[in-house]
Amino acid sequence: MNNFSNSTLYNYLLGLADDALILGQRTSEWCSRGPFLEEDIALSNVALDYIGRARMFYQYAAEVEGKGRSEDDLAYFRDEREFSNLLINELPNYDFAFSMVRQYFLDVHACLYLQGLTASTDQHLAAIASKAIKESRYHLKRSQTWLLQLGLGTEESNKRMQTAIDELWGYTPEMFMMTETETQLSTAGIAVNRDNLLQQWTATVTADIRSADLQIPDQQWQVVGGREGKHSEHLGHLLAQMQILQRSYPGLEW
Amino acid sequence: MSDSGQAVFDRRIEAEQKIEPKDWMPADYRKNLIRQMSQHAHSEVIGMQPEGNWISRAPTLKRKMVLLAKVQDEGGHGLYLYSATETLNATRDEMNAALHSGKAKYASIFNYPALSWADVGAIGWLVDGAAIVNQISLQGTSYGPYSRAMIRICKEESFHQRQGYEIMIALAKGTPMQKAMAQDALNRVWWPSLMMFGPHDSASAHSGRSMQWKIKLRTNDDLRQSFIDQTVPQIKFLGLELPDPDIKWNEERGHYDSGEIDWDEFKRVISGDGPCNRDRIRHHKKALDEGQWVREALQAYHNKKASASAA
Repeated sequence: MNNFSNSTLYNYLLGLADDALILGQRTSEWCSRGPFLEEDIALSNVALDYIGRARMFYQYAAEVEGKGRSEDDLAYFRDEREFSNLLINELPNYDFAFSMVRQYFLDVHACLYLQGLTASTDQHLAAIASKAIKESRYHLKRSQTWLLQLGLGTEESNKRMQTAIDELWGYTPEMFMMTETETQLSTAGIAVNRDNLLQQWTATVTADIRSADLQIPDQQWQVVGGREGKHSEHLGHLLAQMQILQRSYPGLEW
Repeated sequence: MSDSGQAVFDRRIEAEQKIEPKDWMPADYRKNLIRQMSQHAHSEVIGMQPEGNWISRAPTLKRKMVLLAKVQDEGGHGLYLYSATETLNATRDEMNAALHSGKAKYASIFNYPALSWADVGAIGWLVDGAAIVNQISLQGTSYGPYSRAMIRICKEESFHQRQGYEIMIALAKGTPMQKAMAQDALNRVWWPSLMMFGPHDSASAHSGRSMQWKIKLRTNDDLRQSFIDQTVPQIKFLGLELPDPDIKWNEERGHYDSGEIDWDEFKRVISGDGPCNRDRIRHHKKALDEGQWVREALQAYHNKKASASAA
């Protein structure tokens, strides 16, 4: 009935899972390092939502693959070149402005993307999306508020936010690129067509950035490659740390 | 005037009624509470570091989530306790400054490093286990906000202890390497856990007053004994060796006897020279320093909004 193979769906699910895990892992680095205790706790919440999301996608991917692998096999026993997350997710946290601008760009995108995914003809995916979109709406409320507060706060906070926007801008086009896999699955009503999200994303982001007294960069540039496993140098270190116990002692119960 | 305040205060303590923030209280009672409560809050917050050290390396995604949620809870406990301490007119800035200068202490257990995944298990099991014994007793403390914070915290701590013990069970049932990892963690965490209850009653500087004011309800040694009694069977259940060769059941006392704590080490670590004291404070201070521009921006934003709506 379907004119795509299981491995097409599997690859698509891995991309979504990797996006969520890598951002969750990055965000969890804020734990005990937040600018104040309340925010520290809130950042951990966001990280927890993303790791939870990753687990749902990995579990489904493992099921689709049908080789008896687990969520942990997928997270802990693949190398850099096999990870297919978007580059923006793997960049270091740098400072609070950088983390928040990244989160904001991704939150606006996630709300649009997950909205589309709730209508997927794949019931399992639609169910994951319905749960995740509630979290992402809450994340967006937070990151949008921070954008405003830090954009309009002090000269320093405005400058830091602008720097973050400028440095992250070229990583946003990748969020709208369709892989061959996604094109096939989107035709089948399973995946979301990312092309359709760009206009709405740009309109929201442009309006929010302006009202925070910040500017959209004039210069257009882009760095891509995450979906093909062509990553920044940062990912390898993240994975080395994350995977150390499983790689050192494979096959054990923890 | 203050005499009648004192008389009312004494009657309330005697009748085991709570003292509330607006009630008259002796200056030393306030001071003692600020010392103990801020120390308790700092312990929760500094305690995020050793376990937080393993969030990025947790061996499964499920363990990672449970650990992150647990460390986040510790932050939440710190927050309740700072808020409760603020009702005594101590500010968060003052408390942080006292922490950084070394004037305010925190549980010395957190000055030891978490070196293996098993340490995460041992900390949850033993350190949270010891904390629960202490905190259950503190639910009845005489200061209302402290008592209410303790009641809330105790509900969450038992989940923490369980997650720690579950990690230990998995390791104890695992390969010889995993079992050795669990044993090593137990051996290292055991003694500092006993030190968490503080010096012997005979040597405790603050115990007498605190007991009289019903801030503390049970003595350090009494609480420590309860902890040892509840934990020894748990060690045996895991099939691990006892970390202290002198642990023996004493039929006559109806308690376990145990070896003497190295009080020199206790003093050394609490006064700042443990393996991680400097790291812990540096980490805490660095986060606050790096977040200063965020806090300033937030303040500036709210000031601008307030003056805009006033205009």
